[in-house]
Amino acid sequence: MVTYLDHAATTPMLPEAVAAVTAEMSALGNASSLHTVGRRARRVVEESREIIAEAFDARPSEVVFTSGGTEADNLAVKGGFWARRAADPARTRVLAGSVEHHAVMDAVQWLGDHEGARIEWIPSDGLGRITPAALREAIGPDASDIALITVMWANNEVGTVQPVAELAAIAREHGVPFHTDAVQAAGQLPVRFGASGAQALTISGHKLGGPLGAGALLLAKPKPPLSLDPVPLLHGGGQERDVRSGTLDTPSIAGFAAAVQATAGHREEEARRLAALRDALIDAVRAAVPDAILNGDPGERLPGNAHFSFPGCEGDSLLMLLDARGIACSTGSACSAGVSQPSHVLLAMGADPERARGSLRFTLGHTSTEADVKALADAIGPVVERARRAGLT
Amino acid sequence: MTLRVLAAMSGGVDSAVAAARAAEAGHDVTGVHMALSSNPQSYRTGARGCCTLEDSRDARRAADVIGIPFYVWDLAERFHEDVVEDFVSEYAAGRTPNPCLRCNEKIKFAALLDKAMALGFDAVCTGHYARLGGDGVLRRGVDGGKDQSYVLAVCTPEQLAHAMFPLGDTTKAGIRAEAARRGLQVADKPDSHDICFIADGDTRAFLAERLGEAPGPIVDADGNRVGDHDGAYAYTVGQRKGLRLGRPAPDGRARYVLDISPVTNTVTVGPREALDVRVITAERPVWLGPEPSGPIGCEVQLRAHGEVYGCVAEPSADGLTITLDAPARGVAPGQAAVLYEGDRVLGSATIAETARVPA
Repeated sequence: MVTYLDHAATTPMLPEAVAAVTAEMSALGNASSLHTVGRRARRVVEESREIIAEAFDARPSEVVFTSGGTEADNLAVKGGFWARRAADPARTRVLAGSVEHHAVMDAVQWLGDHEGARIEWIPSDGLGRITPAALREAIGPDASDIALITVMWANNEVGTVQPVAELAAIAREHGVPFHTDAVQAAGQLPVRFGASGAQALTISGHKLGGPLGAGALLLAKPKPPLSLDPVPLLHGGGQERDVRSGTLDTPSIAGFAAAVQATAGHREEEARRLAALRDALIDAVRAAVPDAILNGDPGERLPGNAHFSFPGCEGDSLLMLLDARGIACSTGSACSAGVSQPSHVLLAMGADPERARGSLRFTLGHTSTEADVKALADAIGPVVERARRAGLT
Repeated sequence: MTLRVLAAMSGGVDSAVAAARAAEAGHDVTGVHMALSSNPQSYRTGARGCCTLEDSRDARRAADVIGIPFYVWDLAERFHEDVVEDFVSEYAAGRTPNPCLRCNEKIKFAALLDKAMALGFDAVCTGHYARLGGDGVLRRGVDGGKDQSYVLAVCTPEQLAHAMFPLGDTTKAGIRAEAARRGLQVADKPDSHDICFIADGDTRAFLAERLGEAPGPIVDADGNRVGDHDGAYAYTVGQRKGLRLGRPAPDGRARYVLDISPVTNTVTVGPREALDVRVITAERPVWLGPEPSGPIGCEVQLRAHGEVYGCVAEPSADGLTITLDAPARGVAPGQAAVLYEGDRVLGSATIAETARVPA
């Protein structure tokens, strides 16, 4: 019996999503075909689009289906940069949060390395927040050379929720389009695209109970001067408003929508349940390991996220020892050749590399129960003690 | 008895079968691939090393097939300090190090073993071809061509007490067949031969990059200058190829490196018979059994896969004096002298000096 505390990596598919995907996989049709068979698939895609649009306060025409969050982030960041620079060559500055997911961070860095973009990483405070003041500071006196600003809705590692509406309002004030990666927030927080003020917003299916391989970029209709009309990453048949070519993945899209629909009605109730479980988990870890440090914003954080540093321990050792006891969690940091690197998020928050390396992320989701918290509560004390003996190599 | 075993998995066929055998024996096995380069591209980029992403993936795939947990541990810093830097500084000092041996001594059965023990493991299992008895006796692997007892002999009894070598009773061909039978994709993967951290196998260029060019003379036994070199560190005692001596020796015979003097940056060359060594002084001895109180008759191996010589080994105040029954050629300081009694390892020491005649 596995205690799964890694829902931020991926969460089990909801039965409704499995049913929708399965049904659609045995159905025939290319949603772009003009005949009856194609129209049937088209109808499934468009109904899915409407469900997702409604759940995230967007118009159906604003939903651009992608292969997942990473593609949607790349489309917004790279495609957005190319389009904005094409419209005005002076726009070469990109402002991005210093705690972004790699899907945004590495896309931005690529623009810096290969497209001459001048990157400004907006500093985080000690809790992982990108404050309005920090954004204003990064924008500086002249915003005319900024191609776009991107700041995530909620952090995938430490769970800190950003003041997205305020940040988007500042971007708007300066006439700069704003993208937000809401992959972790969608499903847990009230993510409302229309009300957020963002021009582009990334969501992913498998983080909220849908299938892997389905995501979307919510993309506002260009309304000059605040226009973000990305240059496509994928050219081809012109699907998805000519922004994202490729035969529509009807089964995945249907499953994505089924998951969104299944959770939309009781999102708040589920968030409250998760937050209570999460608080119990935090209390249990602190009781077992009094010097554990809770990372991230203690209040403004994802309901399912608890992230700790365990002084004197290697995160990899902790993960291995917990895995051996049937508890799945994450060090939350990226791997390079399978070797964990100190998390850029914790480093940006001012943690020293040792604290960054000695970190674990526990994330809860729709299948989490008190038994999961209990299992971790029983294991974490001895595991930390053991990992401390191995120390930092 | 079920042990908690950490199987070091390089991504090659040997360590994969070793892990599989340990698991099959009923042990609780966890696979660990050691990442030895913080920038894998800076070391070997081919398929035969121990440091590539491909090797890491191969190891992970093998662990999945065996059905054991698998992790990558970052030992790059330790490896760099204890093996790579040691390798370079040994060459700089005119010696010829064996990095595989140093890796066993300092990484596999030190850094890796220590961390494993601290995390609750009982033993480290590797794919070395050697036999280790429950009594701590280390013997050659049954496959004479693959035997790796030489590079393990530097380990102390304490280190070997927590080591497991499941392959010692089998030939390499047998291991490959077994890997195929077990469904391990690495069954046909080529053996690694060269030094894993030298990407292209060009040791001279690797050293030149780190030590810089240091031109100096190549002289004969009488001190006459017969050529030039770009750095004495690039030579090994006994070496014949690559001397780039413009003109032949007066007697027309091939010349060999006899001595390397880092102090004067001089390489001395001479005829083959001048390489003959009868007496070896070795330092830092390690005994797998009780240290002998006086001279013992035994055999000695002076390099990996090298010949075996009858000898008398006598412990001295600062090491070991080994007198060979017959002369050996090309004995390089820095290599290990490993003492055997039949196929049983008695101990080892690092070759410090050599002499042509018994004192």
